Amino acid sequence: MDCKSLKLGKGFAFAVFATAFFSFVVLLFVQGALAESTLPVSYQTGFQGAVTEVAEDIHSFHAFLFYLITVVTIFVTVLLLYTIYRFREGANPIPSTNAHHTLLEVAWTIAPIIILLVISIPSFRLLYKQYSFPKPDVVIKATGNQWYWSYSYKDQGELEFDSYMVKDEDLKPGQPRLLTTDNAVVVPINKVVEVHIVASDVLHNWTVPAFGVKSDAVPGRLLRTWFKATKLGTYYGQCSELCGKDHAFMPIMVKVVSDADYAAWLVKAKEEFASLESAKKFASRQGGLKYGVRTARLSGVK
Amino acid sequence: MSANAHAVDHHTPTGWKRWLMSTNHKDIGTLYLIFALVGGIIGGVMSMMIRYELLEPTMNYFPSGHEFNVAVTAHGLIMIFFMIMPALFGGFGNWMVPLMIGAPDMAFPRMNNISFWLLPAALTLLVLSMFVEGPAGQNGVGGGWTMYAPLSTSGQPGPAMDFAILSLHLAGASSILGSINFITTIFNMRAPGMTMHKMPLFVWSILITAFLLVLALPVLAGAITMLLTDRNFGTSFFDPAGGGDPVLFQHLFWFFGHPEVYIIILPAFGLISHIVSTFSRKPVFGYLGMAYAMAAIGAVGFVVWAHHMYTSGISVNTQAYFLGATLVIAVPTGVKVFSWIATMWGGSIRFTVPMVWAIGFIFLFTVGGVTGVVLANPGIDRAMHDTYYVVAHFHYVLSMGAVFGLFAGWYYWFPKMSGYMYNETIGHIHFWVTFIGVNLAFFPQHFLGIAGMPRRIADYPDSYAAWNYVSSIGAFMGGFAVLIFIFGVILAFMKKEKAAANPWGEGATTLEWSVSSPPAFHSYDNLPRFKG
Repeated sequence: MDCKSLKLGKGFAFAVFATAFFSFVVLLFVQGALAESTLPVSYQTGFQGAVTEVAEDIHSFHAFLFYLITVVTIFVTVLLLYTIYRFREGANPIPSTNAHHTLLEVAWTIAPIIILLVISIPSFRLLYKQYSFPKPDVVIKATGNQWYWSYSYKDQGELEFDSYMVKDEDLKPGQPRLLTTDNAVVVPINKVVEVHIVASDVLHNWTVPAFGVKSDAVPGRLLRTWFKATKLGTYYGQCSELCGKDHAFMPIMVKVVSDADYAAWLVKAKEEFASLESAKKFASRQGGLKYGVRTARLSGVK
Repeated sequence: MSANAHAVDHHTPTGWKRWLMSTNHKDIGTLYLIFALVGGIIGGVMSMMIRYELLEPTMNYFPSGHEFNVAVTAHGLIMIFFMIMPALFGGFGNWMVPLMIGAPDMAFPRMNNISFWLLPAALTLLVLSMFVEGPAGQNGVGGGWTMYAPLSTSGQPGPAMDFAILSLHLAGASSILGSINFITTIFNMRAPGMTMHKMPLFVWSILITAFLLVLALPVLAGAITMLLTDRNFGTSFFDPAGGGDPVLFQHLFWFFGHPEVYIIILPAFGLISHIVSTFSRKPVFGYLGMAYAMAAIGAVGFVVWAHHMYTSGISVNTQAYFLGATLVIAVPTGVKVFSWIATMWGGSIRFTVPMVWAIGFIFLFTVGGVTGVVLANPGIDRAMHDTYYVVAHFHYVLSMGAVFGLFAGWYYWFPKMSGYMYNETIGHIHFWVTFIGVNLAFFPQHFLGIAGMPRRIADYPDSYAAWNYVSSIGAFMGGFAVLIFIFGVILAFMKKEKAAANPWGEGATTLEWSVSSPPAFHSYDNLPRFKG
């Protein structure tokens, strides 16, 4: 009995040592592959580059979790391999009859509890941070429709427009396929942007991975999320709640620009979209109140 | 044996009557297994179509995204309701529970018959749904296995969705009847001496699964009935225009849906314990801990449903609760994994085909389990929700966890059920091709998910092409492994190499190994007495 527990102890020690070694090797390998960029790249294994504090927090919390689960997985695997090697029939023809070890059973119940407590603390912190809404500088309403997004800038009067995916044959060089829209959402850098999200027909989901935001668009319910982008650039997301035939073809495209460029864009956009105002107003009032009413596709919007 | 003559005395039905009107738990178990094989082939063909579409960017197989969605929906529903549940719960459960507890048959043999025969009707309805109108001008249900409203109400007005709803009603009724049967059998028909705390763990797992089904399925039935009336009779349970709420459907669905994933995996937990113990020639380590860990998983499984809904607009405090509750599940799951390894520890391990599948199960289930811990965090779910990371996670626990459990059980009990030995080499080849194939298919999907690729999309941005290609190749390899499996089964029936009553030696201690292979029509001539 004593001899058995001693052997058990040896196996655990071996597994701990091997785990430490292998996780070090794996992490060296994976960290190298975690290159971040605005657009996903081929054979990417990490996140798209973070441009908000919340996204950075998500990434660092995930890195912590990733390390943890890698260690756990390697530990279990090494223990499993060691066990089946050490106790194969050829090496151990007489099996033990030991089927209890109270201390060990208590230990492997307590140890995961401690690990989970360690996970939960930063997890709660991140969750509440995502839901602590700062005072917004810009408020945008995003309405999901089958199969495009409509946007309205709530503090900019009548500024409303639709955003359709650019079809493959209309793409200009450098525009990523399935991600480019005809009208992008434009937001100023380093400003708190609050997004109000709703749907006009079925569920959709508005997300921009680089911002660390993702929220369902639900008919009859206004959901809120926020971000404060700290890097200039164009960022992309895709509808993330199954919405029917063209679910794959209603991307989200957000341009983060300087304050001056934002002001200039507002002037230009108000002019450009003004002619379509009356039709739009009808559509967006319907949106979120009663689904089944479609916004007529507005041709010639560019 | 004399059992044959004995069976004839009892007017054993023969020919088609034996199967259509069967009240024998072993014949019904066989029917379930054959049905699961048919379901698995249909669901498997769907998955091959999906991975073929995703092999390369741009739409290159399905005419539009809708047909892709139909395949995704059918794949999910068929694999869950018409493959894994009929195999593990209906098939192995029916075959082994009465044998293991020393009962002559199930408590309600005629109800057992209808439990099975509802399933072909259900599958027929689901298959028919693919050929009638869903959304205007297109055929089939493309709403996902989750059937979220309003895509499943106003989004697809045609009768296809109604077919699918009725299909699930039948499949649900089948499972509820089956569960009542198992609960009654296990509580009342154990051999003298077999107390609850001496019951084989597989019987425990079926008992807990049956309770989960009885509690969870009525909620699904209610939810899809509300869908049905929203669609056809002018109610507005899920329609905000009439004061309803689409998110209500998600709550109802996942109140069923989360226990459902444990319904899928629990019988596999049970049979893995037997296999590990048999081929280590050691009793199960921490038997009581193993039984109560399953009970705990079942119980906690009912209070974690909204972790599927972190982005649906539920309040931050609700999310905080579901985060905490979800993490708790990792504790009993960890107990199980460590106990399996401890069962092997000190044993005398033989690497037979079922044992190799069982070891594969423990490894893959661990990988799927730890990504579950990641997804439990709503903060992280802001990045992971509805991405391929989720797809990878649930395929590791279900299509690799539960399915590896299924094949482990198949090879373990095949000699008992058929009376023939399988070909060992083909069994090992089947394992390795499957193991490499599924890992190649699903491991890269973690990367795709972290990089942001949404699930259920028929076409993807070009930068996701590389991993998708790898994933598809792996999936085709997994599909090929199914052919190896079928070849092995056919070969075993052709060679007819007789199996002994107990082909596994002294490690196999449960009662099913005390009767002949295959057992007589009436398994026990005398009531077995349990000494253990």
